[in-house]
Amino acid sequence: MNEHAQKAAEFIRDESRTDWHDEALWFVRTKRDKASHGIPEWEELRELASQVKDNVLSNLDQYLEQFESRAVQNGVHVHWAADAEAHNRIVYSILEKHQVQRLVKSKSMLTEECHLNEYLIERGVEVVDTDLGERIIQLKEEPPSHIVMPAIHLKKEEVGELFHEKLHTKKGATDPKYLTEAARQHLRQKFLAAQAAITGVNFAIAETGGVVVCTNEGNADMGVHLAPVQIHCMGIEKILPRAEHLGIFTRLLARSATGQPITIYTSHYHRPRPDGEMHIVIVDNGRTAQLGREDFRNSLKCIRCGACMNTCPIYRRSGGHSYGSTVPGPIGSILTPGIDLKKYSGLPFASTLCGSCSDVCPVKINIHEQLYRWRQVITQEGHLPPAKRQSMKWAGRVLPSTSWYNFFGKLVSWAIRRFPRPFLYNRFNEWGKERELPQPPRQSFKEWHRQREA
Amino acid sequence: MPVKIGLFIPCYIDQFYPQVGIATLELLEKLGCRVEYPAGQTCCGQPMANTGCEQDATTTYQHFVQLFHAFDYVVAPSGSCVYHVRKHYDIIEQTEEVKRVRKNTLDLAEFLLDVLQVKRLEARFPHKVGLHQSCHGLRGLRLGSGSERILEPSSKLNTLLRMVAGIELVELTRADECCGFGGTFAINEPAISVKMGKDRIADHERQGVEVLTAGDMSCLMHLEGIIRRQRKTIQVKHIAEILNGASL
Ligand code: SF4
Repeated sequence: MNEHAQKAAEFIRDESRTDWHDEALWFVRTKRDKASHGIPEWEELRELASQVKDNVLSNLDQYLEQFESRAVQNGVHVHWAADAEAHNRIVYSILEKHQVQRLVKSKSMLTEECHLNEYLIERGVEVVDTDLGERIIQLKEEPPSHIVMPAIHLKKEEVGELFHEKLHTKKGATDPKYLTEAARQHLRQKFLAAQAAITGVNFAIAETGGVVVCTNEGNADMGVHLAPVQIHCMGIEKILPRAEHLGIFTRLLARSATGQPITIYTSHYHRPRPDGEMHIVIVDNGRTAQLGREDFRNSLKCIRCGACMNTCPIYRRSGGHSYGSTVPGPIGSILTPGIDLKKYSGLPFASTLCGSCSDVCPVKINIHEQLYRWRQVITQEGHLPPAKRQSMKWAGRVLPSTSWYNFFGKLVSWAIRRFPRPFLYNRFNEWGKERELPQPPRQSFKEWHRQREA
Repeated sequence: MPVKIGLFIPCYIDQFYPQVGIATLELLEKLGCRVEYPAGQTCCGQPMANTGCEQDATTTYQHFVQLFHAFDYVVAPSGSCVYHVRKHYDIIEQTEEVKRVRKNTLDLAEFLLDVLQVKRLEARFPHKVGLHQSCHGLRGLRLGSGSERILEPSSKLNTLLRMVAGIELVELTRADECCGFGGTFAINEPAISVKMGKDRIADHERQGVEVLTAGDMSCLMHLEGIIRRQRKTIQVKHIAEILNGASL
């Protein structure tokens, strides 16, 4: 059994918790449906967004250079990082230069992907994630389980328990208002003490050299406005050509993510404040390799709305941690095999290929088709478990042959009819653990048809 | 020249659910079609391909094309297999025969509505029925709008079922969530697969459904497996059986 299947099975063992998790995410999917139904031109918007991103991916080099030169004109320091290690090094060198010991960060999947927190903490920098969900999992020392709602796997009782332990809130408190207030007070101290602020980037506008960050808590602004040094970390694919394209994406993003018409804060950063410094770190970390893969390049269109997770019937019932990758769920399962095919070779199989993800995706990524394609690559590269590989080789010989097919069909039907139950429902029969096998009829259709013709 | 229709009965229907094949054939004949069933047929090759071994499936693809290329239409009571032929037979050489087969292979519901333009059916099924929208039919063949896309709601299977006298179609809480079958997924990830199936069945049960139907027997095979293990009373029937006038 692959790793995802194992972890999923563990997750499901607590069935009422699985149901709770499933319902919590389905609720978000329902909110998304309602919000997008309010936009009659929704499907056109998706198409438009997809086309803009196609254009971006085809001209990425030019847009990135344009973005850099505009940003530099605006007085921004622009850095290029080939991989996670370079990214972390660059960020640390900026912090070192300013002797930063306390840092606030607002939600950034990229820094998560690069494991920046660990890197900085090892070097003596205090890193505080300021997004409520991020802060919760940071206190809990867990990775995020969702890209938009990183602590969605935790119940409010568990958050209460955690805050009691770490922030000394009342024992047994579960009131979200009370807990949020406690977090707010705690974070306020951190904001005031921070010497630098890092944010992720939702969109980077080539035309203006500015970056756009969407949050609901205003924590990106709070961090950036208080600290003298601001650093924005972005993947190379975050580019939009012009400011006028932004509206397409902000309309799609919040509705797809949480069913809100727009995030509470859409912050635009163009230049450092008079007494401050602004840095942008542009990161590749495997993205150009993905760009070079014809079948998979448009996974880079992703705007990290999380809708494919909320809709995924498997994600909802296995939780984000079951994927073992920074970005979980359907989009994670097409991105991460590009990073380490062997390690993540189970993920493209953690899907029924139902296609709901592709239809919900605001930028029309053909996620389920890419899952199918990754499966083929995994076999070609020899990462399919040998037993499976062998059985498919056999099937490949039996199924094109009418006589072999007829023979095996008869054999299977006969076996199911005749073999004693304990023999059929043995420990290798994964189907039969919680399901009955079909009851084979006396006659197959083919046999019935032959008789009828005769 | 009369239209030549080839009937494709997917492997698991042939072996385990012949009544679905029989209903499909009878229904088409009742509607005045001359249907041929090439006896050499086996499988569309999907099991290998979905496991990542599409290269092992190419001989099966060729076999399928060889048997069916001379027909004007190939009709199958399975959105999933039809989707596979249309979508994934792109890895073999695209000869005229292959192109023809890929273009002309239709799911039963598509054939009834788009080609035959059926408006009425002689069928009566006075029961509470829940329709499971099988994913490959719904999102692959676009047999309906699907709950994700913001379109005028439509469903070919629904349209057909509404032609059946006495039928009472229920609204589900989750209109088109996957049942968890997913081919080899059912065996690779049995825990989730079964959980998804249980949740689907529960949705139908909450609406008081007596018979759960779908355009794909594979989903129903999985759901039925759970229903029988849990000794539930809800029954499953392929849509072809209901349209052909089956009774309980
Ligand atoms: S793949 Fe699409 S749906 Fe999933 S997170 Fe990215 S943009 Fe959203």
